[in-house]
Amino acid sequence: MNAPSRFFTPLARLLHWLMALMVIAMLFIGAGMVASVSQRHEWLLHLHKPLGIAILALVIVRLVVRFSTRQPPLPSDLPLWQVLAAKASHLLLYGLMLVLPLLGWAMISAAGDPVMLSSTVQLPAWVPANAQLFAVLRKAHGYLAYLLFLTVLLHLAAALFHGWVRRDGVLQSMLGKD
Amino acid sequence: MVDHSSPSRRPLGRASLLLRLAAIGVVVGAVAGAFAYVNGTLDPQRLRPKTLVNALETNNGVHPGYRRNHSKGVCVAGYFESGPAARAYSSAQVFHEARTPVIGRFALPSGNPYAPDSSVPIRSLALQFSQANGQQWRTGMNSMPVFPVGTPEAFYQMLKAGAPDPVTGKPNPASMPAFFASHPEAAPFLAWVKTAKPSASYATESYNGINGFYLINANGQRQAVRWGVVPISQDTKEAAAPAGADFLQQDLEQRLLAGPVRWQLLITLANPADPVDDASKVWAGEHTVLNAGTLVLDSSQPQLSGDCRDINFDPLILPSGIEASNDPLLAARSAAYASSYLRRTGEVSQLHNAVQESKP
Repeated sequence: MNAPSRFFTPLARLLHWLMALMVIAMLFIGAGMVASVSQRHEWLLHLHKPLGIAILALVIVRLVVRFSTRQPPLPSDLPLWQVLAAKASHLLLYGLMLVLPLLGWAMISAAGDPVMLSSTVQLPAWVPANAQLFAVLRKAHGYLAYLLFLTVLLHLAAALFHGWVRRDGVLQSMLGKD
Repeated sequence: MVDHSSPSRRPLGRASLLLRLAAIGVVVGAVAGAFAYVNGTLDPQRLRPKTLVNALETNNGVHPGYRRNHSKGVCVAGYFESGPAARAYSSAQVFHEARTPVIGRFALPSGNPYAPDSSVPIRSLALQFSQANGQQWRTGMNSMPVFPVGTPEAFYQMLKAGAPDPVTGKPNPASMPAFFASHPEAAPFLAWVKTAKPSASYATESYNGINGFYLINANGQRQAVRWGVVPISQDTKEAAAPAGADFLQQDLEQRLLAGPVRWQLLITLANPADPVDDASKVWAGEHTVLNAGTLVLDSSQPQLSGDCRDINFDPLILPSGIEASNDPLLAARSAAYASSYLRRTGEVSQLHNAVQESKP
């Protein structure tokens, strides 16, 4: 009973794959909308805001699940540097999933724009309207989104390395089956 | 820790290892490549917000902290008093509350903040209506009735036609006529320009929203419209532009000392045949026009310190009850304004130097 499972709990797996889809969609939506003057810009923006808030809500649920359930351990023969890289990249992933929606919300607030999730649903501004603050937040939102994308690529590469090269059960722990 | 690595796992052969590593590279590379396409890196021909803003900077020079277009202007403030006419057409609170506070900005349509007021026959008025429910309506209007072109691509070509020649430092005089010759959609705009003169006052101008929008009422019915404001003051624009480069702001400040200046907000309902999504086309013939209320402006502030400075007058910031049409210029304006706004808000600290520089 006390032996840790080889698999993440079904709820943790559901959250992982749902958020994987949402975060990757979000990164593409964000990169696409700021690089377009077409109507794509507008409808992607209308997706970006509610999706961002949904990710913020889910990452909070996920952190609760993460700290209230046991995680499958990493393979004991994993080199120390890979253990450290795994821990650091997960810290970065969680941190950025939490920070990026907050930054997006803050930058709209700082621009003095109404924070609209739809034509009627409005969130309060949580930083004062300030142009210089907007510029800092907006740039941070962009650069950190690129950092998140690179971290996601690294995570993907590492997962496939575990699954296809090391074949050590790490990828299966999130797939939920051997 | 329990080692759950599979005991039956056999070492990979060299070829198999390389193949698997290559497969990982392909997967990661495909995702990265798709991303590089979406963000425009692998699609350099795409018209991007920064392409438009760069073109404005090429034509006008870079003036840190200033808007990249309509750079010279003045902040104003006041309120909108709604009348009953638009209430059946739009559920937006601005048409239902007696009074909605407004922050606005008069400007010249040029990217040069030092352009003489008489250098262009066009003036613009941007407004932000702040509804009590927190939603906002922002609109950027111009004194011309139509836009020269109907698409951002054509607008970009027009900016390129006005770009300074690297040798002479001035636009090639043949470029703009050549542009208009290949863009017959600009005919209504050109016909208007022929009769237009630089006005002596911001207060005597009409300002047109130009792009089409939809009013949505409480039953969800949609009505295509264009809107604009028409001055109520009897003092119409008989006066020719006076000498000097900066008469518009002084004129406005003097008028405001004597009392508020007023406009009627007129909303033109589209007829079935009207081109809603093409800002270069006139809506000809008889139209129903709603007098939605009165815009009252009662104070002004210099633009470098005024409340309008940090507002991005994005025409797609709309309250519930007003929706954008499919006019491609609206999305392009929204996208390009965001790019300009990011550039200039990052340069606010340089505005102080700019003020010093502009003073002889």
